[in-house]
Amino acid sequence: MASDAVTIPSSTRLPQEAEGTWLETLHGWVTTVDHKRLGLMYIGLALVFLLIGGVEATIMRIQLAVPHAHFVSPQVFNRMFTMHGTTMIFFVAMPILFGFANYLVPLMIGARDMAFPRLNAWSFWMAAFGGLLLYFSFIGGDGLYGAGSAPDVGWWAYAPLTSPAFSKGHSTDYWTIALLVSGFGSIGTAINILTTTLSMRCRGMTLGKMPLFAWLNLVMSGMVLIVISPLTAAQIMLMIDRYLGGHFFDTQAGGSATIWMHFFWIFGHPEVYVLVIPAFAFVSEIVPVFSRKAIFGYPVMVAATVGIGFISMSVWAHHMFTIGMTSYGNAFFVATTMAISVPTGIKIFNWLGTMWGGKIRYATPMVFCLGFLFQFLIAGLTGIMLAAAPWDWQLSGSYFVVAHFHYVIVGGILFALFGAFYYWYPKMTGRMLDEVLGKWHFWLFLIGFHLTFDFMHIPGILGMPRRIYTYEPGRGWEGWNMIVTIGVIFQAAAVLLFVANLVRSYFKGAPAGNDPWDAWTLEWSTSSPPPAYNFAVPPEVKSRRPLWDLKHPEDPDWKYE
Amino acid sequence: MSTMSVAIPEVERPWILPSKGRVGMFSLITAESAIFTIFVVAYIFYIGKSLTGPTPQQVLRLPIFNTICLLSSSLTIHLAMRALESGNNARFKLLWFLTFALGSIFIVGTGREWHHLIYDEGLTISTNLFGTTYYSLVGLHAFHVTVGLVALGTVLALALAGKVKQEHAYQTGVLSLYWHFVDAVWVVVFTVVYLIGR
Ligand SMILES: [Cu+2]
Repeated sequence: MASDAVTIPSSTRLPQEAEGTWLETLHGWVTTVDHKRLGLMYIGLALVFLLIGGVEATIMRIQLAVPHAHFVSPQVFNRMFTMHGTTMIFFVAMPILFGFANYLVPLMIGARDMAFPRLNAWSFWMAAFGGLLLYFSFIGGDGLYGAGSAPDVGWWAYAPLTSPAFSKGHSTDYWTIALLVSGFGSIGTAINILTTTLSMRCRGMTLGKMPLFAWLNLVMSGMVLIVISPLTAAQIMLMIDRYLGGHFFDTQAGGSATIWMHFFWIFGHPEVYVLVIPAFAFVSEIVPVFSRKAIFGYPVMVAATVGIGFISMSVWAHHMFTIGMTSYGNAFFVATTMAISVPTGIKIFNWLGTMWGGKIRYATPMVFCLGFLFQFLIAGLTGIMLAAAPWDWQLSGSYFVVAHFHYVIVGGILFALFGAFYYWYPKMTGRMLDEVLGKWHFWLFLIGFHLTFDFMHIPGILGMPRRIYTYEPGRGWEGWNMIVTIGVIFQAAAVLLFVANLVRSYFKGAPAGNDPWDAWTLEWSTSSPPPAYNFAVPPEVKSRRPLWDLKHPEDPDWKYE
Repeated sequence: MSTMSVAIPEVERPWILPSKGRVGMFSLITAESAIFTIFVVAYIFYIGKSLTGPTPQQVLRLPIFNTICLLSSSLTIHLAMRALESGNNARFKLLWFLTFALGSIFIVGTGREWHHLIYDEGLTISTNLFGTTYYSLVGLHAFHVTVGLVALGTVLALALAGKVKQEHAYQTGVLSLYWHFVDAVWVVVFTVVYLIGR
């Protein structure tokens, strides 16, 4: 690797730590406060839940493949969509993105750890404990009194369905406590990332020279502080209602079911951006490296992200057009929702501008980012359609909406995330992921994704409501649903291939070296995997691409920035 | 690593970043403010929507003394910090104790108010919407005061043991930010519950 010659051996790899017993190894991981280990644990936790959530989705798709199916009962179907949504958002997307941020932010800004390592460990265990609580609700079923079974109130848990009268047993309580506990963990992580990026940057790294990855995670953390908290507050209110006989959402005592919707979506909509901004962060690091060009429009990118952060907090009621707001209310939320597509569009043009005239390398991380760009654009377009109140009146609560937000989350966020795995796995393990398997993974997942989610729009337009456990033949829905379910097979195969690649490459992958992609940010200047202390000597930077400066002393970036 | 810093500048320019403790505490305060905002919005939204009595007008009395105690504790903690920074340990201990005492008076006062409401007026958290929102909002604040008192008490114990010195002014200062926040929230709670809501 030509680049190895100029990569600073900022730390020689320590001789392997003395091999302890497996108990000592386990103890080391459980008690760790190292940001890299915690990052990996976040990612591992999320991957386990990804498989569980995927199984739940598959169960739903089998049930819906043909009309009048009896694969699962209506009750079980309700539990599946509740657990699928809750798991995927709170115990897959959040922890996996936190995991990458945890691992990479300190490395990218030249720090030795996060600002508060013990808070970091606490946050991780809160997330893990929350996931455990959520799934503990399965145990016992109806047999053990009080344990209830899995929650079945939907991931947004609308009132008054969650009132003691309609949600007997403790399944809803497990749901509430799980989100409360993991929410505290998320707030802890957000405080940590925010403080790390502001207070731990290495010498010379002003905010204007910070890698976009760190910038975007900084914005994401700021949003988490403001938007997870309303969910936490609403969950506390729900517990007061359920345990202490309060009336916040008790319509019979004058309480309002609508206010739950408001509180939930004040969290719920910005949450989409909390998840997608880290995906933007991945793309903003990968696209330049594989286009062999510096990112186009760095300051605009930062400004657009901050803009998205602010606007996204004023759009939540576009999830509620059907409750009958005043026309002023509708107009406001239509306008803000449409406005948010402006900074988002700017970002897409920035990535295109980065690729424009670049020497593009179509390695697996890059092809996943290209998939992201294309699919995120379409997701944005259906988003603009749904932002128009009259269109939303027609399609709210239909499969069109389900298709739209899965396009954002799977087609956008998950694709970027897969790209991030292929890009940073060499740094985390010291070995490359297999490119051939990677391409198979990409194409299978791409085909599966489009089979499932392209065709899911159509039954939605034809009037198929979401959350129904079965449907009658002859409504024109059955063929489409079959195609949607067939797509799941491709996606499942792709994910299994991905997991196989992760495991196989860990043992047999080609050695990565410090800097396999000839990249420019600081994490590639240390060994792979980095030593516990990251950098033997704290680095100092003069531009946004410190490794470029190092590799090209005759033409460094800082002359132009 | 010499290769990393391409050229060592002749005069080392200072590289100063915001302090971790303050940034962390301000982040926590931001998150807490968002939680309080939701409870305050719920309180305002439900003013006058209770289907049964008692109403705020019938049972709430202005907690003037309590409020004076809590707000003046902000002043005493500020003066305590000034004393610690200038190395006047005796004055610091006295003012810190005063802060702790004023906070304790506030929490005892809240307890007495609740006792009165529950046993004399028959208002509990499940009586009506007023009860639900009142005990939640005031209780959330009282919970934060309690957490603050535990922290203040810990520092007080350490100070009496002679373990808090001038060099700890920074950590103690971060804690005092939290206490100022708790006091500021009370201004909002007081306005909403006792002035607007009544
Ligand atoms: Cu939304």
